[in-house]
Amino acid sequence: MKILIPSPLLSYTGRAHVDVEGATLGALLTDLDRQYPGIRFRMIDEQDRMRRHVRFFVNGEPTFDLGLAVQPTDEVCIVQALSGG
Amino acid sequence: MSTAKKKAAKSAKSAAGRLKKSATHSAAKRTRRTTQGTAKRGPTVLVATRKGAWLFHGDAARRNWRIDGPHFLGQIIQHAVLDPRDGRTLLAAAKTGHLGPTVFRSTDLGRTWKEAQQPPAFAKRDDGKGRVVDSTFWLTPGHANEPGIWYAGTSPQGLFRSDDGGVTWRGASPINDDPRYIAWMGTVQDGTPDGPKMHSIIVDPRDPKHLYLGMSGGGVHESTDGGQTFSLLIDGLDVVEGFPKNDPTVHDPHCIRVAPSNPDRLYQQNHCGIYRIDRPSNTWVRIGRSMPKAVGDAGFNMVVHPRDDDTCWVLPMDGQTVWPRTSIDGSPAVYKTRNGGKTWQRQDQGMPDAQAWWTVKRQAMAGDAREPVGLYFGTTGGELWMSRDEGAQWQCIARHLPEIYSVEIAEPA
Repeated sequence: MKILIPSPLLSYTGRAHVDVEGATLGALLTDLDRQYPGIRFRMIDEQDRMRRHVRFFVNGEPTFDLGLAVQPTDEVCIVQALSGG
Repeated sequence: MSTAKKKAAKSAKSAAGRLKKSATHSAAKRTRRTTQGTAKRGPTVLVATRKGAWLFHGDAARRNWRIDGPHFLGQIIQHAVLDPRDGRTLLAAAKTGHLGPTVFRSTDLGRTWKEAQQPPAFAKRDDGKGRVVDSTFWLTPGHANEPGIWYAGTSPQGLFRSDDGGVTWRGASPINDDPRYIAWMGTVQDGTPDGPKMHSIIVDPRDPKHLYLGMSGGGVHESTDGGQTFSLLIDGLDVVEGFPKNDPTVHDPHCIRVAPSNPDRLYQQNHCGIYRIDRPSNTWVRIGRSMPKAVGDAGFNMVVHPRDDDTCWVLPMDGQTVWPRTSIDGSPAVYKTRNGGKTWQRQDQGMPDAQAWWTVKRQAMAGDAREPVGLYFGTTGGELWMSRDEGAQWQCIARHLPEIYSVEIAEPA
């Protein structure tokens, strides 16, 4: 499936839509990191928690669960949270 | 502002320089040789800021500077350091407002960068109590005889090590998971406004297993076994009134420097004063008491002369009342001692004498090893200043940069 990459992470992927594979949100990110090494750690910390200013949406719904099951037809977006002034 | 000072400040366009940063006795000798060998060109000043990094390449006279940057525009760069062992490996500790921390590495002086494969990170724990690196704050190249080894200090505090020139990092000490140390390190509400930081990682030039480090807060610590165990080195240090001196938690060393010409001598700018220690003594002596009373001895930075262990410089800040962290009375100045802290002389020629409220962070003041020594500092107001005559005259060589977090001097191969 395709996953939408936010602008702060385009330096890794070079494009906004990337093809990834996996049965869960976490597996998608693992596959993303396989293709673009280092990208996962910028979003997910060493305790496997989402970083404070990164958000994930599946079919338009926010989720904080890396174990969330996903289907090949789902739309997955990574978004940088609005913060600061 | 006086006419003379206006003149000096105006002449502060792009300036001059050279340098060399060394950390040890023998390293100081090597530095001099290297310096002579590269005398046809100047040093490179590595400037890390809240919004990216810049490199200022100086000519041999340290009068003209070529600006290279920004690198990593918009990213928070806490520290950028060139490996003095090969003169070409450059590491930069980075993060952004949104993304997690990482380390970038260049082997061509910043023309190209590659991210570390495994940046500093705490061990994963399944009990929910695992810590998370917010930023890599400090980078220190390892011993001269151990090429490829680097140390990193993080916020929250942890000691990390790379054995491959910064490509992969791992925890460097059991203290990262030691409940006693973690208690001393404090929480995000302790230490500095940006959170507790491990800094001033020093490798003894005579012994790669002999390390010092500073914890803000948490005190000064020494290891003689490469970081496997540490012992406290806080005797003689004052703490904020009302707190027990024997509790490391309340100790706040801001910057610790070893004298390159005498590794048994260390200087320290602490939250509570300026100190010197001469090993094997375990007791710090508060040499800041001889600073002018109206100035005091609060500050964050310190530079030691590369060839004279009696000479060092500090740039004090206002640490009274609510800790404004500005220059004192809006009139910045460097203070220099030539006798190990018995007396201090004000050095402010060329600096503004009024309404200049910037200050200089702990990593943002450095010196080269050329003759005479060049001194450099970067301000919270985004100005880069230098002196090519050991502090007698100062010139601003860059303005309008973002808030400067660190200044390091490099002698590229």
